[in-house]
Amino acid sequence: MKAVEIAKKVASGELTARSVVEQHLENIKNLETEVNAFNIVTTEKALEDADQIDARIASGETLGPLAGVPIAVKDNLCTRGLETTCSSKILEGWKPPYNATVIDKLKRADAILIGKTNCDEFAMGSSTENSAFGPTRNPHNLELVPGGSSGGSAAAVAAGFSPLALGSDTGGSIRQPAALCGVVGVKPTYGRVSRYGLVAFASSLDQIGPFAKTVSDAALTLEIISGYDPRDSTSISENSPEITKVLDEGIEGMRIGVIEELSGKGLDGISEDVLLRVEEATKVFSKAGAIVEPASVPASIYGLSAYYVIAPAEASSNLARYDGIRFGPRTEAATTAETMTATRTKGFGDEVKRRIMLGTYALSAGYYDAYYGKSQKVRTLIMNDFAKAYEKFDILISPTAPTTAFPLGEKTTDPMQMYLQDVCTIPSNLAGHPAMSVPFGLGKDGMPIGVQILAPALAEQNMFRAARVLELGNGEISE
Amino acid sequence: MNDSPLNGWEMVIGLEVHAELATKTKMFSSALNSFGGAPNSNTDPVSLGLPGSLPVLNEKAVELAIRVGLALNCQVQNSVFARKNYFYPDMPKAYQISQFDLPINKDGWLELPDGRRIGIERAHLEEDTGKITHIGGGGRIHEASYSLIDYNRSGVPLIEIVGAPDLRSSEDAKEYVSELRSILVTIGASDGKMEEGSLRVDCNVSVRREGIEEFGTRCEIKNINSLRSLGRAIEYEARRQVDLIESGQEVEQQTRHWDEAEGRTHKLRSKEEAFDYRYFPEPDLVPVDPSSEWVQEISDSLPPLPRDRRHELAKATGVDPTEASLVVQRNLDGFALKTISLQADPSRVLVHIENNLAEGIGELTPEAFASLTMMEINGELTATQAKTVLADLVEAGGNPHEIAANHGFESMDNSELEEIVGQIIAENSDDWDAFINGDETEKKKKSGFFVGLVMKETKGQADGKIVNQILTAKAES
Repeated sequence: MKAVEIAKKVASGELTARSVVEQHLENIKNLETEVNAFNIVTTEKALEDADQIDARIASGETLGPLAGVPIAVKDNLCTRGLETTCSSKILEGWKPPYNATVIDKLKRADAILIGKTNCDEFAMGSSTENSAFGPTRNPHNLELVPGGSSGGSAAAVAAGFSPLALGSDTGGSIRQPAALCGVVGVKPTYGRVSRYGLVAFASSLDQIGPFAKTVSDAALTLEIISGYDPRDSTSISENSPEITKVLDEGIEGMRIGVIEELSGKGLDGISEDVLLRVEEATKVFSKAGAIVEPASVPASIYGLSAYYVIAPAEASSNLARYDGIRFGPRTEAATTAETMTATRTKGFGDEVKRRIMLGTYALSAGYYDAYYGKSQKVRTLIMNDFAKAYEKFDILISPTAPTTAFPLGEKTTDPMQMYLQDVCTIPSNLAGHPAMSVPFGLGKDGMPIGVQILAPALAEQNMFRAARVLELGNGEISE
Repeated sequence: MNDSPLNGWEMVIGLEVHAELATKTKMFSSALNSFGGAPNSNTDPVSLGLPGSLPVLNEKAVELAIRVGLALNCQVQNSVFARKNYFYPDMPKAYQISQFDLPINKDGWLELPDGRRIGIERAHLEEDTGKITHIGGGGRIHEASYSLIDYNRSGVPLIEIVGAPDLRSSEDAKEYVSELRSILVTIGASDGKMEEGSLRVDCNVSVRREGIEEFGTRCEIKNINSLRSLGRAIEYEARRQVDLIESGQEVEQQTRHWDEAEGRTHKLRSKEEAFDYRYFPEPDLVPVDPSSEWVQEISDSLPPLPRDRRHELAKATGVDPTEASLVVQRNLDGFALKTISLQADPSRVLVHIENNLAEGIGELTPEAFASLTMMEINGELTATQAKTVLADLVEAGGNPHEIAANHGFESMDNSELEEIVGQIIAENSDDWDAFINGDETEKKKKSGFFVGLVMKETKGQADGKIVNQILTAKAES
């Protein structure tokens, strides 16, 4: 059931919040052993919260817009008193003394936290295989990955464990798993959603966003978690966008560009199936009255290279605090320095170590200009190219991921192949723009494919209007 | 003007001063900025560097930094925070938020009391670290059985003031720090307490042969906790470097630790072992672009600075600004000017403030002070008597005439005094001959002798000046 329907029925007394939570816990019980979407399922607390909501409704109180709706959140979002691990051994057992801003906002909307979802360690990866607590599997085919890094959140929604989930997207970590799991995934404009309480991977790129089965559920969730937060200096001083209101306004006359560089002409490795779906999407848009034309964002093909300098550079600094001195498990050694080294050697997985080393190198004296400095210039180029494209277009589209879900283990030994999964999603992070993935048909393998819709900063309304059109079109092609 | 004992050598000194800014809360969070308090009581997720926490800049810290910049004649500019990365347990994020290539203030100067201008390269904002106490092993890290960390200081706003290598002696360095401290306190930016660590000095020292332009290799000295240690550390370090060069060795660029008890510096690390801080712009903060209106507003709100006050007092008293310096340092220049405006004698005012009012003015009013100096000038009180009356005025206030009368400080009649002088001359005829026939030095010596005897006889009530006049008159007659 859609989140908006659950909230409506719970508020009207047609459904109890308890029955909603119980239904989802039942789904979890049946499939979680195989999917492994969660690091923690908060069974008792969720039932308690549900009973409270039911009691408040019985007493005639008007509840928030997500009354009784279960939500699963990625395990890199701080939850007071509830273990927050980033799927890393180095944070095992750490219970934050505070909530992330988004957690407080969800609570005020009367949503019910049902669990913390598995992810690639510190959100570094595209398959959720880099988790210290075992990989998550794709609910559509357990031999395949769910994508990543927010693979647990995507799988939880796809498997019916929770109608909603939150993830974080640094280079595609919401959109790519959404595409691979056949759900809607949104990366908002940078600064739209407060990062306070999101354990940082790459601060200038990280953004929290929702997963949902439907575009309208995603829109409602985004409205709830958005808004200025004085605790995040990069937070935008804008009110939450009114998306649900405009969702069904259609796209008559909207100018839509298909990014050529990310749709077969420029980058290799994008599968025929995926390109076919992007092409079909253009037809849906044209039919709905949009003007669809090829668009060019030439520098977007350098996004991946720039990203793999900037993101690791920031990560090398952000992850330096995990030294075993104040929190997390400590591996004792003879001196303080050796204790820190031993703790980090034991606590971090290979991919995290790889990126810390990359980033440390890129920021080192004598290399800074050639790597970090240069990458920032590429970032500016990408922003400029987007700006040029948006002079002609309201929104842009491209594939979300180059392929459908791939088998577990297929790319774990070749980091470059894994990194290429994010080639279409990274440019939006570098530009700070919103982008989302909408499920649109299946590949020959029967696995879901997502189409990415990109918009300029703060243009979430247009992005969602197009997403809604695509969602309706998807219904038609699947029928 | 080589007052250094290192003959033929000149010291080149540049100081880096860290001052804690006097804000209510920390640089990037709402935890309290206060000294003392139970360990780790003034902390929050931000100052503990907990995962997911984010810094939010304290506007007051920016305002105080701009005040410092303006008071040091700096250019205030748009600035960017940067992360300075290094591992140490007192630094909870393993990076310090500081400013690197774009500091908030740059290119200023500070004027020493003697009028020399010392360059200020930059004055930037950064956050303080926590404090580690090593338990066992005499408090040294290597022998300690364990260490405790107090993060109360973590995230306290600091301004780092980087001075140009314009200082040439340990005295210069001490004067520079005194002047800087005085400025910081005057403008309300910092309490400037070296003993509580709210003002800390790192010192770069090199030596060069006199007349040589080129700088020598420098060493940075850390752990200087007082003005006295600053002077000692510089003297020691300069001597060490000169000895090295004179014995045919080279000075290695090093960071050195001042050991107060041993009175020497120890090597901490060499240039090769220096940290690579991997600075990069802090992505969790936005650039600081203070509007020119705001900067102007801050500028307009600055109180008169020590330098201006020295100049004003010097002008009013007719002395050199250098001589007005102590009065300004004691924060008594306003009091002095008020007193002088009441027809007091400027030089007596300065002399009393410098010599007799080190502990403050107590109950003394400008009116009473002015009367006192007038009584001195009119010969109603001797210098010694004036000092006594002044002490009473500081203690309990009152009218200087009455106090003098109560002490029995009636100025002596000249004829009475002449009689006493005549008697003393008669009793000391050999000395009197020496006074009349001796050379200048001898004359001076003997006049002091006679004045001393007269003072003893009159129990200090005679005016030395008048005694001298009588002696001269008698000698010429």
